[in-house]
Amino acid sequence: MRIPISALMGMFFTGAFFLAAIFAPLLAPYGMAEVVGGVWDPASSTHLMGTDAIGRDLLSRMIYGGQTTIFVASVATILSFTLGSVLGFSAAVAGGYVDQGLSRMVDLVMAIPALILALVILSVLPVTLTVLILVMGLLDATRVFRLARAVAVDITVMDYVEAARLRGEGWAWIIFREILPNALSPLVAELGLRFIFAVLFISTLSFLGLGVQPPLADWGGIVKENASGLVYGIPAALIPAFAIAALAISVNLVADWVLSRTTSLKGGRG
Amino acid sequence: MSDALLQIRNLRIEATSYPPGEAPRDVVLVDDVSVSVEKGRVLGLIGESGAGKSTIGLSSMAYGRGGVRLTGGTITLNGRDIRLADARALRALRGREVTYVAQSAAAAFNPAIRLMDQVVETCLAHKIMGRAEAEARAVMLFGRLGLPDPETFGKRYPHQVSGGQLQRAMTAMALCPKPDLVIFDEPTTALDVTTQIEVLAAIKEAIRDTGVAALYITHDLAVVAQVADDILVLRHGKRIEYGTTEQIITAPNEPYTQALVSVRSIEHVEKADAPAVLQIQNVTARYKGTNFDVLKNITLDLPAGQTLAVVGESGSGKSTLARVITGLLPPGQGRIRFAGRDLAPDLAARSRDDLREVQMIYQMADTAMNPRQTVGTIIGRPLEFYFGLKGAEKRKRIQDLLDQIEMGSGFIDRYPAELSGGQKQRVCIARALAAKPKLIICDEVTSALDPLVADGILKLLLALQAAEGVAYLFITHDLATVRAIADRIAVMYRGEVRRYGTKTDVLAPPFDDYTELLLSSVPEMKMGWLEGVLDSRKMEAAGN
Amino acid sequence: MHPVLTLVVQRIALGLLLLLAVSAVIFLGVAALPGDTAQAILGQSATPQALANLRAEMGLDQPALTRYFQWLGGVLTGDLGTSISNRTDIAAAIGQRLGNTLFLAGWAAVISVPLAILLGLVAARYNGRWPDKLISGATLSAISLPEFVVGYLILYFLAVKWQLFPSVAMVFPGMGMMERLNAVILPVIVLVLVVLAHMMRMTRAAILNVMQSAYIETAELKGLSPMQVIWRHAFPNAIAPVVNVVMLNLAYLVVGVVVVEVVFVYPGMGQYLVDHVAKRDLPVVQAVGLIFAAVYIGLNILADVISILANPRLRHPK
Repeated sequence: MRIPISALMGMFFTGAFFLAAIFAPLLAPYGMAEVVGGVWDPASSTHLMGTDAIGRDLLSRMIYGGQTTIFVASVATILSFTLGSVLGFSAAVAGGYVDQGLSRMVDLVMAIPALILALVILSVLPVTLTVLILVMGLLDATRVFRLARAVAVDITVMDYVEAARLRGEGWAWIIFREILPNALSPLVAELGLRFIFAVLFISTLSFLGLGVQPPLADWGGIVKENASGLVYGIPAALIPAFAIAALAISVNLVADWVLSRTTSLKGGRG
Repeated sequence: MSDALLQIRNLRIEATSYPPGEAPRDVVLVDDVSVSVEKGRVLGLIGESGAGKSTIGLSSMAYGRGGVRLTGGTITLNGRDIRLADARALRALRGREVTYVAQSAAAAFNPAIRLMDQVVETCLAHKIMGRAEAEARAVMLFGRLGLPDPETFGKRYPHQVSGGQLQRAMTAMALCPKPDLVIFDEPTTALDVTTQIEVLAAIKEAIRDTGVAALYITHDLAVVAQVADDILVLRHGKRIEYGTTEQIITAPNEPYTQALVSVRSIEHVEKADAPAVLQIQNVTARYKGTNFDVLKNITLDLPAGQTLAVVGESGSGKSTLARVITGLLPPGQGRIRFAGRDLAPDLAARSRDDLREVQMIYQMADTAMNPRQTVGTIIGRPLEFYFGLKGAEKRKRIQDLLDQIEMGSGFIDRYPAELSGGQKQRVCIARALAAKPKLIICDEVTSALDPLVADGILKLLLALQAAEGVAYLFITHDLATVRAIADRIAVMYRGEVRRYGTKTDVLAPPFDDYTELLLSSVPEMKMGWLEGVLDSRKMEAAGN
Repeated sequence: MHPVLTLVVQRIALGLLLLLAVSAVIFLGVAALPGDTAQAILGQSATPQALANLRAEMGLDQPALTRYFQWLGGVLTGDLGTSISNRTDIAAAIGQRLGNTLFLAGWAAVISVPLAILLGLVAARYNGRWPDKLISGATLSAISLPEFVVGYLILYFLAVKWQLFPSVAMVFPGMGMMERLNAVILPVIVLVLVVLAHMMRMTRAAILNVMQSAYIETAELKGLSPMQVIWRHAFPNAIAPVVNVVMLNLAYLVVGVVVVEVVFVYPGMGQYLVDHVAKRDLPVVQAVGLIFAAVYIGLNILADVISILANPRLRHPK
């Protein structure tokens, strides 16, 4: 099996980002909130990326920020996937009222743009990491639900599933032995796309000031903190912006390759 | 040879296949095939799936479907080699000199455009005639092809007419621009047998009246024998035999052709009456959310260890009958008695023994097996589920079953994708046998298979019945299959049983109208059959 | 009534029903969330008396269902309530901003739709060859960028480095059309880039899907030219899927516009929404959220209606 060069590059960078996130305290030269220099010092041998709007080391903040971004996005993705696929499969296998009820509820939530609904909810709830992860996970679970249900419905109409039902098999066998093995590859490809969506979503919320709150930082927040420098020609805000793009493109390259090896539907964003 | 309209010499056609997870590789679809068609003659191309017959047909328009490449030989049409002609030259000949009739007219017509506009489009695009003349010709062809209301037929959209009518409209579309050659690519394969004979007769008449030459592609030798002057037999992209139609069907030289001619000549003597294992009593059924009965008051008996063939065309309700017996569709009225007990209407209420003793085999073996399970798992699951077999004992029984279906034990760890069509269906038979059933429902189990492979499956089923004493409810649209396997026959039409009895009784006159129509529509492997049937129908109509 | 008309009316009715359900989610769903609005506004140190006063003033002491119907009645008569944070009438504040936002989104749509369809056609026409690979590669990168990143990249290079356009999109009443256009040019570029990638990729897929139909092969075998094949046979069948794609992505503009307005400090609905989420000004958030959701649902209904009208099977029943 040959892996195309683009997918290899994607895997390499994705791996690098995750490793940097895991070993952040070992890699970061300075503390996250430590003021070590002047306002927007340019890059130097002591501060490889320069300093930020109040004199903190930008490289250290980038590494810690990446940790937060990747952590929040990963947990939200796991949550949305577990919830969305379990409910999606159940709806497909059960059919009838269970399917109708769940599907109409998902339709309702998806009728409101995700960002708008998130903003409405966050105007009431306290903005903590837990709340952010829950809100993102639940909202995105609707998209996973749609995909999982669609894939499972395609499989449940197959004769081999009917054969299993005629044999008298229980639900557990049908879901885990007949449907899951055949639904796995489109879902794995979708996992990457959902993770990208989570990264973009948490970054956008933080950029709007409604995501990760100080003193904690994530990439979207770092863009916000340094955005005012852009007008004076100080590009510090572009560094976290590039990091978000690089992570998203890397994962996209891997997901595109997995997708091209399977046949599936891409979930939309929004 | 020089007055040949189409002359193909040493044709070689290749394509690149992309097996998942492997490097792409080139495969040869057609290898060193030569053939020629003279003006006004009809050449039949015959072969199983994968024989390369459609690929050769399209090559006479220098067209390669998908990534297909014409890599060698010459294709001479009206005296010039078109294999390497440029796009402009090809556009000029497609539609003007050669036209094409596809297998599925339903997909080949544009759903957004009225039939008339599509039928005359070629004439207008090539400036062969003006719109008024083209439409007049189209109306004339509609009438000659037996379409209803030829004057207004063209005003309809494709979805507003039936499949048989669409196939005739496609023929009109191909004949309208007065081409030299028409390629018919399995034009009647997707049709019901009583529709097929009408379309076949219409096509044959249209070919004769217009004097056009034709390439007629099909997998059914009996069909091609009715329309072709000459026949080319193909297998795996290679030429097997070429000759006049008479020579091919009366005195074939090659063993493969001989096998094709003698296919479905299994002689099966019906068994003596026996106590019924399955009794269907006054069953009426409809699907949820609909307001008409798909099954109307059906009463049938199936003696133990025998075969009841349920015959009918699409929409007759024969597959619904299978769903009612298996409990997937509880009947509205009536009851089903099985082995001396009542079967619960709903699947969920049946005991494990009820489920075990009624097994099912499907038409498409591809979708009847989980692609992620090995042959061993597929056959082993019923053993484990119904009899609690495990380990070596289970493996031993799986191997016995594989022997019974004439496949070696080497297949036990293979996946369905690694099997041929016939092997897949055999594995499905083994899965049904593993449950030690009293009744197996066979739903069109041979209709997706090539004739020789289907023959093998039928022989296997008969042998297994003799050995295991299992009864078959055999659902099919194909009367040749019925003759080969049935002890009793039920003819179904629009949800009713039109005729029911032992094979000898059902297949002997006097017939009811529908059974007679059905029986006389099955193509026979002899020349002049089509004319014979049509003449006798005409005489009967005149007599009435 | 013609069956197609029945279908269209049904679809619109269904959409309105959905909008009603969405209003309930935005109002009642939020009311059911844990979290005390009064406490959130006044902070932890607020006295019980102050909290009770605020609750009474906001009507929080009444049952949620009663408040919902009062609110809904107000929305239907054009009364969106009063802002908590600055006591102004929400409808009045929104009027001007809605115009600004529609101006921005409208220009983005006018530019991006034809461009996306054109690029999608080109990519589909040259499927697998270099123009397709170039366009697909570029759009893959664009899809991976959040809107604010695109916004700042454009702002940094076009406004700051090369000083081509103003960096802040100031608009005010009484501004001339050209001045106004010059002011919004950067946010329009950003929005175009953001929706273009998705719209173009989906258009390409929709056209390729139609081009794989058997009737396209029939047309090719009739000896028609590529243009005749595309124009007469592919186009009528591609209208519905392409319109769907366009509408879906215009609906997506609703989200994009929120972020882009913040980046360029543009006085529109998005900026207004984000400001008031931070202030926990629930009446404003609910009113603006409902308007965004209504636009989103409206575009989706429009897409479905056009699909119904473009379907020959529905237009010409048996």
